[in-house]
Amino acid sequence: MIAEAGLAALWLAATLAGLQLLLAWAAVAQGNAQAARFIRPLAVAQGALAGLAMVALIILFLISDMSVYLVAANSHSMKPFIYKFAGAWGNHEGSMLLWIAVMSVAGAAVALFERSLDRATHFATLGAQAAISLGFYAFLLLASNPFQRLNPPAAEGQGLNPLLQDPGLAFHPPTLYFGYVGLSVAFSFAVGALLTRQVNARFARAIRPWVLGAWVLLTFGIAAGSYWAYYELGWGGWWFWDPVENASLMPWLAATALLHSASVLAARDALRAWTIMLAVVAFAMSMIGTFLVRSGILTSVHAFAVDPTRGSFILILLGLYIGGALALFAMRVHTVNEGARFDPLSREALLVVNNLLLCVILGLVLIGTLYPLLTEMLGQSVSVGPPYFNAVIGPVTLVLMAALVVGPLLRWRRDEPKAAIWRTAPAILAGLLTLVAVLVFADRPVGWLPLFGLVMAAAVAVASIAPLWKRNLLRTPLFTYGMVLAHLGCAVSLAGMASETAFSSERLAAAAPGDSFEISGYTVTLDQVRPFAGPNWTAMEAVLLIHRDGKLIGTARPQARYFTDPPTPTNESVQLTRWNGQLYLVLGEALENGRWQLRIWWKPFVTLIWGGAGLIALGGVLALIGRVRRERKQARKAASVDAPLGHPQEALA
Amino acid sequence: MVAVTSNRSGPKRKHQRLVLVLLALAAMIGGVLLAMSALRSQAAYFYTPAEALAAKVEPGRAIRLGGMVEAGSIKRHGDGTTVDFRLTDGEATVPATFTGITPDLFAENSGAVAEGAFGPDGVFRATNILAKHDERYMPREMEGIDYDPQTHQVDSSGQ
Repeated sequence: MIAEAGLAALWLAATLAGLQLLLAWAAVAQGNAQAARFIRPLAVAQGALAGLAMVALIILFLISDMSVYLVAANSHSMKPFIYKFAGAWGNHEGSMLLWIAVMSVAGAAVALFERSLDRATHFATLGAQAAISLGFYAFLLLASNPFQRLNPPAAEGQGLNPLLQDPGLAFHPPTLYFGYVGLSVAFSFAVGALLTRQVNARFARAIRPWVLGAWVLLTFGIAAGSYWAYYELGWGGWWFWDPVENASLMPWLAATALLHSASVLAARDALRAWTIMLAVVAFAMSMIGTFLVRSGILTSVHAFAVDPTRGSFILILLGLYIGGALALFAMRVHTVNEGARFDPLSREALLVVNNLLLCVILGLVLIGTLYPLLTEMLGQSVSVGPPYFNAVIGPVTLVLMAALVVGPLLRWRRDEPKAAIWRTAPAILAGLLTLVAVLVFADRPVGWLPLFGLVMAAAVAVASIAPLWKRNLLRTPLFTYGMVLAHLGCAVSLAGMASETAFSSERLAAAAPGDSFEISGYTVTLDQVRPFAGPNWTAMEAVLLIHRDGKLIGTARPQARYFTDPPTPTNESVQLTRWNGQLYLVLGEALENGRWQLRIWWKPFVTLIWGGAGLIALGGVLALIGRVRRERKQARKAASVDAPLGHPQEALA
Repeated sequence: MVAVTSNRSGPKRKHQRLVLVLLALAAMIGGVLLAMSALRSQAAYFYTPAEALAAKVEPGRAIRLGGMVEAGSIKRHGDGTTVDFRLTDGEATVPATFTGITPDLFAENSGAVAEGAFGPDGVFRATNILAKHDERYMPREMEGIDYDPQTHQVDSSGQ
């Protein structure tokens, strides 16, 4: 019953989306006021129905209804509650349903809460949102029905991949999806603004909260995914340039650029066409990311079973939406007046540099990710991994960081070179001091990439807090704090990456109980190896005693686990966190005469990587709250000053 | 193009938009050139043992070598962390060595992809080994090598 109700809700929601698109067209193109009245209620109803469908699927997973194909294929009645819950989106169909549910709920929110746009643009935006939703409803209903029944019902489910049975991973994909959806909303705003020719500061203020929100979630999702890979895979690395990681990084890069250009548009009414273009690119990257992950074109840790129909379906949607948006852009760009002018030395100019560099990085990631697919089609198998990405992304990122040192310290519109140099002097000094300190005190040769990583981290850290200099800290707006925090987060994260890359130590050993190993001042002793049983796995567990300066500072128990449903061996590494880094311990295989393989790393300041990402996300949250509060205040002020004005009702074409 | 169609703006305005468009173009071209030169030197080609021998891959060049771990070929050194093995595709066999923790499913008569480079002595020095993870998660190149989803049997004739 629940499955049929969920399916019915989906069909109904799809119908409403179609109706919403038609009415929006009637309202915007024909100026039909009668049609306009129904658009917002329709968007809200559509959001509620899609949300209901998602709830239905979650209930089916919670009660382990094995007569539903999706549940039988991906769940198991003995699975812990939280993984039954998360299992609802831990598969292709469920994750696409989650996407569409969140997108429709976001559309409802746009209908209910958006106040800064004129009515025509608001309706055009909701129409664009309905058009995107419609494609995804079609995809779900025609090519990946999550409510498919199984006849006869299975006696028991097939289980969830053990690698995915991890609390971090349970909430990692939805976070990214929420981010993607936020970018789809920004895309709809851009299409709406192009349709009604209202590309201006108001438009920028309307999309900014959505871009900020999407960006915060993407930041958080990427950082969580990186930390998950770090501790779960047991390889000691924190970023692998895996295509699935890249799929989430590319929308983030585009969103970062969009965030900054939207700020220029909102504050200075410049970079109009550019901002529209970035909104299109950001959504295109979310779609490409979804395509890469969902089509099974890459078979990596995350990619699921191969199914070409689905891949081509997403590819067609991608072509329709992005191609359509680009065509609209080409037709309308001449109606977008050029924005306010600025000097080559101004904050706007540096934000252009930021945008260009982010786009270059995005392009480099995209090429590196797609190149193996391209060569494979031509019959040659090639892998593009860290050597490529580190060689090209590292240097460009350092240049971007240099722009980050200067940019926030410049004035809008124009600045004096001399004054600008004085303002950046403390940051440059901090960078130079770091350079000397590393060269003098490092206990080993440091590669130039991590070396300049540390230098730029110091410079950015000083430059990021400089905007607060000589300001009344109580009267500084919240979004300024947000900017300061996010930029500081970049410095912190960069410092962690550079330090881990330059100064990590590694020991690989075959250990018998009683053996001890020294690493960076820590003594690791293998006490014993014993069997251990979990809820749906068994393991061998090593007990490691960790001493520093003769004192016991901790006990670590890395495990080699063996899951039963489905049978899979995995490795549980253990991280012992100290203020200045982490000790990373992995238990390998059993060897002859009672010895075990042990792998031990000391990773100085590695935690800063995710700490910095947390600061970046927190900065985004502060900026979001600050902006929304400011808009509300201004909207109230405007409402009390003037009576409601007429709305620009421009016809299409 | 963008600047030219902007009909309502004076010469100065056109100038700024043109500069921005040119900058964007320059960044794009620079990015593509950078990517291409890096791909030429850093992309690792995938070979089976027979292909690697036929292509005479030069020592030190990073590649991925994929095949079956030959039966009876895995030998562990006394240090417990170095392992010698041979990769085969039925036509040719390549000796390989690896120091580190081998993946859970690294075993004889099973598929593996070794990342690394040939030494001057013709022994492949692996810096990383990817083994078939389970029936749904595996290195991309391994699909053709040994995997039969119906029987879950290892089968070297798949290549």
